Amino acid sequence: MNRLAELFSSCARSRRAALIMYATAGYPDMARSEAAIEGAIASGADMIELGVPFSDPMADGPVICAAAKAAIEQGATLPGILAMAGRIRQRHPKTGLILFSYMNMIFHYGVDRLCEDFARLGGDGILAVDLPLEEREELLPSCRARGLHLIPLVSPATSLERARRIVRDTTGFVYYVSLRGTTGVRAAVAAELEERVRQVRQASPAPVVVGFGISSGVQAHRVAQYADGVVAGSAYVRCFADGRGFPEQLASANDLVGELAENLHVDP
Amino acid sequence: MSEPANYRLTPDAAGFFGVYGGVHVPECLVGPLREVADAYNRISRCADFIAELRYIRKHFQGRPTPVSYCRRLSDRLDGARIYLKREDLNHSGAHKLNHCMGEVLLAKYMGKKRVIAETGAGQHGVALATAAAYFGLECEIHMGEVDIAKQAPNVARMKLLGAKVVPVSFGLRTLKEAVDSAFTEYLKDPVSTLYCIGSVVGPHPFPLLVRDFQEVVGIEAREQFLEMTGNLPEAVTACVGGGSNAMGIFRGFINDPTALYGVEPLGKGPKTGDHAASMTYGTPGIIHGFKCYLLQDDKGEPLPVYSCASGLDYPGVGPEHCLLADQGRASYQVVNDDEAVAAFELLSRLEGIIPALESSHAVAQAMHAARRYAPEDVIIVNLSGRGDKDMDNIRQYKEGRGQ
Repeated sequence: MNRLAELFSSCARSRRAALIMYATAGYPDMARSEAAIEGAIASGADMIELGVPFSDPMADGPVICAAAKAAIEQGATLPGILAMAGRIRQRHPKTGLILFSYMNMIFHYGVDRLCEDFARLGGDGILAVDLPLEEREELLPSCRARGLHLIPLVSPATSLERARRIVRDTTGFVYYVSLRGTTGVRAAVAAELEERVRQVRQASPAPVVVGFGISSGVQAHRVAQYADGVVAGSAYVRCFADGRGFPEQLASANDLVGELAENLHVDP
Repeated sequence: MSEPANYRLTPDAAGFFGVYGGVHVPECLVGPLREVADAYNRISRCADFIAELRYIRKHFQGRPTPVSYCRRLSDRLDGARIYLKREDLNHSGAHKLNHCMGEVLLAKYMGKKRVIAETGAGQHGVALATAAAYFGLECEIHMGEVDIAKQAPNVARMKLLGAKVVPVSFGLRTLKEAVDSAFTEYLKDPVSTLYCIGSVVGPHPFPLLVRDFQEVVGIEAREQFLEMTGNLPEAVTACVGGGSNAMGIFRGFINDPTALYGVEPLGKGPKTGDHAASMTYGTPGIIHGFKCYLLQDDKGEPLPVYSCASGLDYPGVGPEHCLLADQGRASYQVVNDDEAVAAFELLSRLEGIIPALESSHAVAQAMHAARRYAPEDVIIVNLSGRGDKDMDNIRQYKEGRGQ
């Protein structure tokens, strides 16, 4: 069984959803970013989405845009992020590692070369945020050839018919997400979300995880009742965006991960 | 090429011009873009839409705009004679209104209540606000705070025309953030809003739609020139930022033996950050939802760009231009700030026409290229806009050079 399948079935056996943390890689800088990810894993994250900073992030809200800009200024590069992924893999053989990137970064690095390098370093999958179903062939063959999962995205705006086509051949997992406009921390998780996720889950051969501005244990617990995994991004990245010292920032980030991790059990 | 390319076949159904273009967007944008593409394919073929657009072209925009012979300028040059397609005489003073009227008319037919766009220097915002006022649709323009401070007259114009100007206060507070902000607002309500892009860029169907609405420039110019002279011009030249005015005039001559020149801004020179010559110095990349020649660094980050003509400073370029360049159907050349400003002054003095600094790039290239042609040959320059807006720019430019 591959790592992601093992991860989700292990969570299912313990009657809980998986916890997936999105981190802007290289933010606040490369060294502290790696320390933060270590902290997140120690605090209960099952999987890390390594967000490759891009200066034109069409799909992200202001928090992640600002983090990406700062990371680039601090010298974050795709080769550096890949090397970091390799080190994380060596320390954590079971943690899921997903590269979350805009296509231009992948395209510029070389699609084949990226898949080869990321797979060799122990990556599990790639999520290209601006690669809809129609353009998938640009990346899918290279992913398959290297044994990487190509993680598809479904948004609340996606029709059920289209969602079925998107998830049909999925391996790894499906990311149900509302990017853009509604990224960022939301006060409450939308009520109709549950029904939509259940429908997508029914159609999908792979687990379905939900990222929808989740920022508290209460929200995470609600989503855990109907999704295979919960993703938190903006709320986590925001922990590092204020003027406090890094140890304080890291402590509150770890607290957040811990709070989310404690609330992922499926109610009997 | 053994066989002439069939330019009617691009883009394909998926929005590709060769390998360029496409729909590289987050999943949440796919649905709204598909709706626009389907609506455009349906509505743009219907007789009412065509008739209404024709009426507007004639009775509101003042089209056809003339083709003018530049007698004094041509006498100065060794070689080809220069004609101008006078988009400076299009209502509101530039070619931009051609696609804005088309886009807002499409919005009306789609039953939208509101149009939304970003603007950098404000030209697209003013043109869209003009179109929205004509149709009585709400108009919301997103603009970086930095640009708002620099472009007070255009902000005042947009407001006078009834548009809501939304200041964008995050990031660098310029065009890039304005794009993000406008897209975010659009996605909140794609049912009652149409996003109206400012050039032949962005994801499909925008490069197709804007090109089609600009094609009127090329069709008119060809007809007018044939009527004036009985011949076709040897060359057509136009400035290229995103490339909307160039695409417009190119399409009129695409199947003719007429050479097509796109002129990119070399700004202060070929050093990174000093120019915006995407076709000349760029490599294939993906920005704002489409693939094109892109000015990017060794990591794949879009580079900062500059030109004295703010309408040309964009790190990408329309996907159809990329295909025309690869096919060798059009060639792309560069003109720097100094050459553009010299052309700006020369055309003003010799012909009584003050060109936009953007269009001045094309004038400069034509003056230069004229030498390679015989005196009976003709180059038509797309004079995409008038230069009144650039008077402050020129003054600052001269002060900067101690003149």
